[in-house]
Amino acid sequence: MEPTTITSPERVQNVSRRGFLETLFGAGALILGAQVVPQDAQAAVAWQPSVYLGLDTNGAITIVTHRSEMGTGIRSVLPMVAADELEADWKLVKLEQAIGDEKYGSQNTDGSCSIRDFYDAMREAGASARLMLERAAAQKWGVPASECKASLSVVTHAKSGKKAGYGELVTLASQQKAPAKSELKFKSAAEFRYIGKDLPMVDRDDLCRGKGTFGMDAKMPGMVYASVLRSPVYGGTLKSFDDAEAKNVKGVSQTAVIPPFKAPHMFQALGGVAVIADNTWSAMQGRKKLKAEWDAGVHSSYDSDVYKKELMDAARKPQKAFRNQGDFNGALAKAAKTHEADYYVPLLAHAAMEPPAAVAEFKDGKVTTWTATQNPQAVQEAVAGALGIDKKNVICHVTLLGGGFGRKSKPDYVVEAALLSKQIGKPVKVVWSREEDLQFDYYHAVAAMHCKAGVDAKGKPTAWLHRSVFPTIGSTFDARAEYGQEFELGMGLVDLPFDIPNLRAENGPAKNHVRIGWMRAVANIYHAFATHSFVDELAHAAGRDPVEYLLDVVGPARKIDLKAQGVAYWNNGQPIDKYPLDTGRLRHVIEVVAEKSGWAKKKPSKGRALGIAAHRSFLTYVATVVEVEVDSNGRVRIPEVHMVVDAGQVIHPDRVRSQMEGAAVFGTSIAMMGEITAKEGKIVQRNFNDYLVARMPEAPLKTHVHIVASNEAPAGVGEPGVPPVAPAIANAIFRATGKRVRELPIRKQKLV
Amino acid sequence: MIKLTLNGAARQFDGDPEMPLLWFVRDIADLSGTKFGCGAGLCGACTVHIDGAAARSCVTPMSAVAGKKVTTIEGLSPTGDHPVQKAWMQVNVPQCGYCQSGQIMQAVALLKQKAKPNDADIDSAMQGNICRCGTYQRIREAIKIAAGVKA
Repeated sequence: MEPTTITSPERVQNVSRRGFLETLFGAGALILGAQVVPQDAQAAVAWQPSVYLGLDTNGAITIVTHRSEMGTGIRSVLPMVAADELEADWKLVKLEQAIGDEKYGSQNTDGSCSIRDFYDAMREAGASARLMLERAAAQKWGVPASECKASLSVVTHAKSGKKAGYGELVTLASQQKAPAKSELKFKSAAEFRYIGKDLPMVDRDDLCRGKGTFGMDAKMPGMVYASVLRSPVYGGTLKSFDDAEAKNVKGVSQTAVIPPFKAPHMFQALGGVAVIADNTWSAMQGRKKLKAEWDAGVHSSYDSDVYKKELMDAARKPQKAFRNQGDFNGALAKAAKTHEADYYVPLLAHAAMEPPAAVAEFKDGKVTTWTATQNPQAVQEAVAGALGIDKKNVICHVTLLGGGFGRKSKPDYVVEAALLSKQIGKPVKVVWSREEDLQFDYYHAVAAMHCKAGVDAKGKPTAWLHRSVFPTIGSTFDARAEYGQEFELGMGLVDLPFDIPNLRAENGPAKNHVRIGWMRAVANIYHAFATHSFVDELAHAAGRDPVEYLLDVVGPARKIDLKAQGVAYWNNGQPIDKYPLDTGRLRHVIEVVAEKSGWAKKKPSKGRALGIAAHRSFLTYVATVVEVEVDSNGRVRIPEVHMVVDAGQVIHPDRVRSQMEGAAVFGTSIAMMGEITAKEGKIVQRNFNDYLVARMPEAPLKTHVHIVASNEAPAGVGEPGVPPVAPAIANAIFRATGKRVRELPIRKQKLV
Repeated sequence: MIKLTLNGAARQFDGDPEMPLLWFVRDIADLSGTKFGCGAGLCGACTVHIDGAAARSCVTPMSAVAGKKVTTIEGLSPTGDHPVQKAWMQVNVPQCGYCQSGQIMQAVALLKQKAKPNDADIDSAMQGNICRCGTYQRIREAIKIAAGVKA
């Protein structure tokens, strides 16, 4: 079997022509985990004990990695889990990146859920195959299977000293009856060979040598390049266009119209005019020379300043309650003091380093595409829907992703490539420029929040109201949606884990004027910013230490059951008994981060201070202390960040640390710099000169990550590092300067 | 006809002299290690060396590289084991990896100019290279390892 990895364009082409994966894993309807595939004598490998595993007679082991790699390391880490239980020699393992296929279970790589949802499945797949190999050896040698032990791709019978490599055993193993789950023996933690051991990512060296193949790098034989001009206003439609000058650009062959989307936009192509050329640059030059007139439509009056005022006004008025514990108004009337504050977080763009790109070929009623996508099954559905074909006829190969952050789970750019290929009869590569990426994103929602609290004589809250208003991600799927969806409200609004008897969470309606989508940490970003800024304000008003006050407000260790209180709470789709909302774990990360950061010793001085925030999201608990330095010009530097993360069981500590280090930078960009605005319906920002993100000097100089040792069920780490960063920075700035920042980005605020 | 040297080999280009070097390297020379990030010299993903100095290939027209020696990430070392690349591997810098070719090319150019850079030197040299995954602290660490200076 020839190894097939996505390391070079030539390889990509080879695989594309041969349809390797379809022949390898095409047989039968398959289910997750340890289920055994019906054997196919013609299959390219000798034995496929599960959809994720293939073993060959020469000892080669293929592990199908079905989640998308956008920098978390998941493409390597899940196979390590399977290899560990399989007792595979990692050196003999080759990875296959799965095409989109529902037989693998969900491939939607978002929501920080890859480990959570597939850790057990990978272990079962590995343990099942290991047991079958041991049974094969027992049969071969005529000894009890219980005396045969697999270790590093070899099965040994200790009593006789007999040994056999996995390759020798493959044929016999493939004839064993698939074991029931109850027969499987899983390793103890002490026996783990790869889990918890920080093996290097399989792509690391390639990525240091310019060899990884991203969506931007994918090629198909005979392909042409396309650059698309779209309506500058969301929902605008093409009235007329003149492509004479565009066609004069050397390398440009033709133009093609992509029809506008029908509401709701979902993952459809936005529509526009594509310029086709024999190289990327000519296509882009041609697009710049296109003249087009648009009917701008109903969103052409969208103005960020006006919209902000609307949201802020709505946030100050009573709205619909989604959690109502105790009697907020009654308690407020009896409170010793009351406090209130408004907070604002603007629209944000994902701005992954790799702009959207896809190559697709429509041929004989089928689409083959190579693209950087977080969700190849969504590619199948969206492309099939646009072309009117069955999704089984959409073969989606997944490249490496040059960042995703949620943008690349929306495959509108792949739909563009497929539609264009059908229209012009050649494989088409669509490449978005940075300007297009920033102007046609599925933006992180702008949000206005109002917080109000009544406190007792000691300054502790007895009543708490948090009200948020933001355009919902639901509007991407239902054009009429105006209220936050349960998953958005369950990201830091209704799930507030505070020990306050009278709690009210409200959400108000907002219309979308651009496409709204999820971005790393999603609604937790603005909800946590408001909550943790406000609790810090209350601590100050009470004259108390922020850490001690936060612990007091979180209250004693307990498990909060929101459903029992009648609150619709999604808990990231997981059972609350397996993943409880546990204030004991939240307290612990706060206590540890205070200790690790030297909170008690480092008292604020002029221009230099620490700030804290702690938040549970994606079932993971993170507490963050940020140290800021604010100079006499108001310039902010971040010398140190301490993050303590409790994500339950951890599979790869180094990639957990790297996700937290990255979250500190991503959160810094959100807090300090990021803002997308609109005028007359058009997005103002064009490129990295006006959509600012943290560069090395603005990023935290050093982020220290402490991982809480835990045997709790594994949660996720891609996103939960982000939410505490912005409030921790704002709280630190307050202690350093006395200036309370309630609106992001902080760069727009005068700090001194 | 524009003649240049690309990773040690003589190359010719007879297309539009305004075409940026980036697209010649990627679409015509078929070397995809140099990345497109912004097209405006703002992010550093496209960084190559022209006669040994770091340059943003996305804003360098082909007319400007006539007679020049261009080195991309693929040409940095025959085995891909340049000391800077090895340092990058040692501290597991890459997350998604998309910007890292440019980061490495920028860091190599820095160390040519300043063998023992301090934090301010590193900030100054690297601030044009964006990493959205946020690998900056490991980049800094890797540069110091490659330079043999204390972290």
